[in-house]
Amino acid sequence: MSDNPKGQKKENQQERKEVDLDEGLVDLDLRNDSDTPDVPPPTDSTPEILKRALSGLSARWKNWWIRGILTLAMISMFFLIIYMGSFMLMLLVLGIQVKCFHEIITIGYRVYHSYDLPWFRSLSWYFLLCVNYFFYGETVADYFGTFVQRREQLQFLIRYHRFISFALYLAGFCMFVLSLVKKHYRLQFYMFAWTHVTLLITVTQSHLVIQNLFEGMIWFLVPISSVICNDIAAYIFGFFFGRTPLIKLSPKKTWEGFIGGGFSTVLFGFVFSYFLAQHQYFVCPVEYNSETNRFVTECEPSELFRLKKYSVPLLLQAVLGWETVNMYPFQMHSIALSTFASLIGPFGGFFASGFKRAFKIKDFADTIPGHGGIMDRFDCQYLMATFVHVYITSFIRGPNPSKVLKQLLVLQPEQQLNVYRTLKSHLVEKGILQPSLRG
Amino acid sequence: MPWAPPESESENKLDGETASDSESKSEFGGSPPVPTSDDTPEVLNRALSNLSSRWKNWWVRGILTLAMITFFFIIIYLGPMVLMTIVMCVQIKCFHEIITIGYNVYHSYDLPWFRTLSWYFLLCVNYFFYGETVTDYFFTLVQREEPLRILSKYHRFISFALYLTGFCMFVLSLVKKHYRLQFYMFGWTHVTLLIVVTQSHLIIHNLFEGMIWFIVPISCVICNDIMAYMFGFFFGRTPLIKLSPKKTWEGFIGGFFATVLFGLLLSYVMSGYRCFTCPVEFNNDTNSFTVDCEPSELFQLQEYNIPLVLQSVVGWKTVRMYPFQIHSIALSTFASLIGPFGGFFASGFKRAFKIKDFANTIPGHGGIMDRFDCQYLMATFVNVYIASFIRGPNPSKLIQQFLTLRPDQQLHIFNTLKAHLVDKANLSL
Repeated sequence: MSDNPKGQKKENQQERKEVDLDEGLVDLDLRNDSDTPDVPPPTDSTPEILKRALSGLSARWKNWWIRGILTLAMISMFFLIIYMGSFMLMLLVLGIQVKCFHEIITIGYRVYHSYDLPWFRSLSWYFLLCVNYFFYGETVADYFGTFVQRREQLQFLIRYHRFISFALYLAGFCMFVLSLVKKHYRLQFYMFAWTHVTLLITVTQSHLVIQNLFEGMIWFLVPISSVICNDIAAYIFGFFFGRTPLIKLSPKKTWEGFIGGGFSTVLFGFVFSYFLAQHQYFVCPVEYNSETNRFVTECEPSELFRLKKYSVPLLLQAVLGWETVNMYPFQMHSIALSTFASLIGPFGGFFASGFKRAFKIKDFADTIPGHGGIMDRFDCQYLMATFVHVYITSFIRGPNPSKVLKQLLVLQPEQQLNVYRTLKSHLVEKGILQPSLRG
Repeated sequence: MPWAPPESESENKLDGETASDSESKSEFGGSPPVPTSDDTPEVLNRALSNLSSRWKNWWVRGILTLAMITFFFIIIYLGPMVLMTIVMCVQIKCFHEIITIGYNVYHSYDLPWFRTLSWYFLLCVNYFFYGETVTDYFFTLVQREEPLRILSKYHRFISFALYLTGFCMFVLSLVKKHYRLQFYMFGWTHVTLLIVVTQSHLIIHNLFEGMIWFIVPISCVICNDIMAYMFGFFFGRTPLIKLSPKKTWEGFIGGFFATVLFGLLLSYVMSGYRCFTCPVEFNNDTNSFTVDCEPSELFQLQEYNIPLVLQSVVGWKTVRMYPFQIHSIALSTFASLIGPFGGFFASGFKRAFKIKDFANTIPGHGGIMDRFDCQYLMATFVNVYIASFIRGPNPSKLIQQFLTLRPDQQLHIFNTLKAHLVDKANLSL
């Protein structure tokens, strides 16, 4: 052993690695990507049935069939859940969020070999719980207004909600500080940051999805379907016509797929919104009926969802042969949504591809056979939910009236009086309120 | 990997354990950190050249502390606008310090794109936050100017578009052999933004609530720092936490009581002046900030009955206090109990990345982050405290939201408010 300098060097390396894990991490960070060891290839989790049924076909077609069958299975499950209503959808979104968080955190553990820090797994899940509590508390308080008013304990929780959430988060923060172990500082800080960035990505997105859902199921369905359609259409166009590579990051994407997918997504979104806009079930904001204790979607459809006559621009008139067309104004918005889904949505996919290449993994996990993990399916949705939410708040919806009222009633009496006078003068000015004789 | 004889291993261990014990030792074994250069101004160096190294350090720190406190008072005197600017500068400097540490850790200076992107993201997030604050507080000014009105109406959309541009630039800038590094720097930037920028904006929100909500928390944290140090210096014996060997239980407890007392006294003095207790408002006519108002209940003297236990000690039956002083006890308690955790977090961070100080900006003290690490949680706490226990929602913001509603919703709210006022306040409207 002592004759072999390289052997001794390696032994010393091992020793030093045991002495200070943080030292080892420095090298891990600075190594070139190509030096990073690969994570073991994912196991084949295709169910036995499918394997037997497709045993005859060649490998390429077999893969195609598995992906196809699973795609259909996911789409059917999607339709089933939509049929079951908003509450089930909320649960589904929550389930997906937890699974995505789990997948990303597991990758972090594998990268940093930090399975030996048991405290940290509990802490990550604890932070997930805190942030979810905070967000659900903010949304639930708004939408379940009447339900909450009736119960005393909930009143207390709602009134001091921010303080309670902050206290919970602080407890986690202090636990983290107290759990810092001498030789693992850097590792623990990395996992802390990893957890927070993951929370930022997955939890905020999922809550924006739920807020979009409460605006009306159409705001949930059309964006998600547009992204899925873009995925599938770009794949198909790329399969048949693909020639020019799009970006070095994902060699399988092509310009033909990108452009073809873009146009078909816009068309799909347009047609799909036409069909959805006709049903109250999809169009109305989700409300909680305190009497029946259920979610109801019944309302007078807003302007967006009433047919209007649009005059077709002269250019298209020659092509189509119509002079005017009956459309829902929402279909205009759907063009914006589909455009975003096809142009910027793929960047979410590239981001995830880059992430997978950076950490040398093929898929986020093995949850879905043929497709990979849940994150693999949802990486393009990443930015879509935020965009839809920002779009709604900027162009469609005003603030929530019941929230405004609730805040008004909390003000000091002098402030309320001032506000009252300002509102009154505004309403009289606009002609909404008739000026009273007393002034 | 360099061949290192066994001696350096134990040296490594020793250095790691006694790291913060010896202030004169600035070199660590193991990975090469950035050695701290002595940038004490020449003047001080010459004046203190006779004293021993330990006392010299004490004097340098003392003088700089006094200098910073004086600077603080001057800024307070200059008013809210200057304070806002200072907060913003401190924020930018803290961001710069932490990002520089990231570059040093990952040797990623060779990714020039990324430095630009980090600053771009800082700009985006600041634009978003300042836009939200400006829209609230400068409401009438914004409504008057046409371009500002459009910017504020579509503010969220514009901020999101700016952020997205940065995101797409990041994706397009991914270079083949540096994926991991780039993702690390991306994550590092975002966590830094989360820490630094949100805190500074909460500080500004607190400031607008009334300068006392800005001054008392910050002073309590500073006082706790100094008092814990003094108590530890004179009475310190039992170590508090392995992370920071210099902290002791005596310092912690002594600092706690001293801070609570200090908070009570400081709030008593400050509550008497309108310029500290009134919310900062923007006066449209004079186009400047004014702090003029009728002091709220919190800042009006009230008689409190002293509990019997204390009566025998103090000798008074009742005492005249401001209600705000009760709140100041809560603030000081947080500053002494939880504030230090922010300091431990920063200590752990420095040990994790083997740096002695965040930077060398202030001689004897280190970087700006070193001074502000305990403030880290304080600003959030004060903001949450105000939102939960003190302030209601902002009336002008509510009016603004009201004006964007549909007419039938407006009418409904108006009628409900009217009914509420007639009912509760017995007003005839």
